[in-house]
Amino acid sequence: MSKLWFDVAHLLAGGMLVLSFALLYQDRIAAVINVFALQAVALSLSVAWQALVQGAPHLMVTAAIALIVKGFVIPTALHHIIRRMQIHREVEEVIGSGLTMLTGLGLVALSILLVQPVGEVSIYVREDLAFALAVILLGLLMMITRRNAVTQVVGFMSLENGLVLAATGAKGMPLVVEISVAFSILIAFIVFGIFVFRIRERFDTVDVRALDRFRGERRDVS
Amino acid sequence: MTGPVEATLIIPATAIPVLALVSSYRLGAALNILACALTLGAATALLFADHPRSDLFIIDDFNIFLLVLTTFVGFTTSIFSATYLAHEIEIGRLTPLFLRFYHAMYQTLMGAMNVALVANNIGLMWVGIEVATLSTVMMVGIYRTPEAIEAAWKYFILGSVGIGLAFFGTILIYLVAQDVVGDGLPAMSWDLLVKSAPMLDAKLLSLAFVFLLVGYGTKVGLAPFHAWLPDAHAEGPTPISAVLSGLLLNVALYALLRFKMVLAGNASAIDVGAIMAGLGLVSLVFAGFMLYRRRDIKRLFAYSSIEHMGIATFAFGMGGPLANFAGLLHMTMHSLIKSGIFFSVGHIAQVKGTQRIAAISGMSVTHPVLALLFSLGVIAIAGLPPFGMFTSEFLLVSSTFARQPALSIVLVAGLLVAFGALILRLQDVVFGEPAGKAQTAQASYIPAYVHLTLVLVAGLWLPGPVVQWFRGVAALLG
Repeated sequence: MSKLWFDVAHLLAGGMLVLSFALLYQDRIAAVINVFALQAVALSLSVAWQALVQGAPHLMVTAAIALIVKGFVIPTALHHIIRRMQIHREVEEVIGSGLTMLTGLGLVALSILLVQPVGEVSIYVREDLAFALAVILLGLLMMITRRNAVTQVVGFMSLENGLVLAATGAKGMPLVVEISVAFSILIAFIVFGIFVFRIRERFDTVDVRALDRFRGERRDVS
Repeated sequence: MTGPVEATLIIPATAIPVLALVSSYRLGAALNILACALTLGAATALLFADHPRSDLFIIDDFNIFLLVLTTFVGFTTSIFSATYLAHEIEIGRLTPLFLRFYHAMYQTLMGAMNVALVANNIGLMWVGIEVATLSTVMMVGIYRTPEAIEAAWKYFILGSVGIGLAFFGTILIYLVAQDVVGDGLPAMSWDLLVKSAPMLDAKLLSLAFVFLLVGYGTKVGLAPFHAWLPDAHAEGPTPISAVLSGLLLNVALYALLRFKMVLAGNASAIDVGAIMAGLGLVSLVFAGFMLYRRRDIKRLFAYSSIEHMGIATFAFGMGGPLANFAGLLHMTMHSLIKSGIFFSVGHIAQVKGTQRIAAISGMSVTHPVLALLFSLGVIAIAGLPPFGMFTSEFLLVSSTFARQPALSIVLVAGLLVAFGALILRLQDVVFGEPAGKAQTAQASYIPAYVHLTLVLVAGLWLPGPVVQWFRGVAALLG
């Protein structure tokens, strides 16, 4: 296949990676959601391109799901949630965005190094995989460094974008469509859960207040 | 054609909508028990059926034994769950509407675990484990107290990240296998992966395993990734704690072991055994020390689950016929004992109206039958003879001592630390001044006694066919 095809695929995947970085330095939640929607559109284009290159029309379903669910429905729902729940409009960070960006750069370097051995299998798959892994790790980083549940979920969805990118890059992988549907259901559950249970803060060992309540020192249930 | 394999999936699948629609909670609980019994029947029938190869399902000695164990514990837990929930309805902690939801989710969990166990496809297995995780998240949060929602959220986020990383590992495995086996379903099936293991690219295979280990290791509850486990166990309904500890952790470990079998077939891949043994040992020692400061009784046994999954992972990491045998026996014994303990703990928490250990001392005076059941369970889980866990731990320690004396010292130290903590708590709960309420509750003792009897029998005399079988599986694991 001509080299141009792969260049386009890499352009789209690279675009997703750039948007992952853009997610890291946003300081308003509404902007985070918008950037995420943009990343979902980039993902959908990338998947559609893969469908074309690989001659796999069923991947178009995945592309359509990414565009409709993650590009429009979920961002709209999240905007609705932050309005209704009157969440702080500013992103609450655990560590500063400068340090987060530097860590992010380190993670990209790490993912390039990690997928090095793939080159012996297929040189084109390697670069796709490096992009995907970098998006995944940046999503993880975002989940760790944000305190608000909505931004945390956006981090998870960005991680999942990386997974779908990796799965569609693997030629002829079965069950990709089914799995992308399963992921959409999972995400719908999360967003639904935030709304129903009004979860604002995440609960982990970084947050000292949560620690006090959470090490087996609980109240009675009766 | 539908055989017993399909039946283990179709029965739960049919039960889900039925249970969601039945409005009487008594009928719902009865139907839940019935569905579990039928699934157990189908799983048992598998023992006597032929197993032709297919792209979607695989049945070999390894998963047949786990399938029978899973459906059996699922069945006994459904009996316990019926009386437990009747009490929760009585005191108004749950409403019948929530029970419909609960029963539907219970069957979803059972069906999803069966999918993960019988799948011959790493993608399908992944879907099974994801659905099982989701259904337990829903059930952990069912009480809707702030603590329960916190626990469910934490479980959700950590479980999702784990499952996401496992998926990336799955993709990498497919990429490796695609070159050798060819595109499509065959490149994801266990039997062909194991067969073609020597030809696979070792570096990429090793990289994939790291992701799979972190991903499924989170679900097993291994030490640095265990943060969700104690909260999920403590805040959910007790029947769910029982199936989480007794079954879901096993299923995740099963997934890891299958991948270990693939890597074991490739001579130049990383030494998976060493990594697993290390993680297992860390989990054991860490959880052993954490047991001391626990004040919540369900949280205590959640940490004990981390400890025992650590022991089993360590055993499989050591490898070899004897250690694998010990690991399999340990998995089985832990499933039976831990779910049995949760049965008694569930009733104890109900009669005392609290899960705080400080508030439930003196059980031997106020509730002698429950106290006896509880003490037998704790004695069994602490690894004392004549129960089966003594056998598995003894086998593991002696085989480790013969091969890696240094590791066996750490192992024994970890076991003793955990032992001390459990015996201390046993004294507090069973003896000591009676404290707290002394109300009676309708309890079902039979499931817990059945489990403990099986464990006792296994400790005294392991039947010949079972020994043969475990040996076969241990050889399969390499």
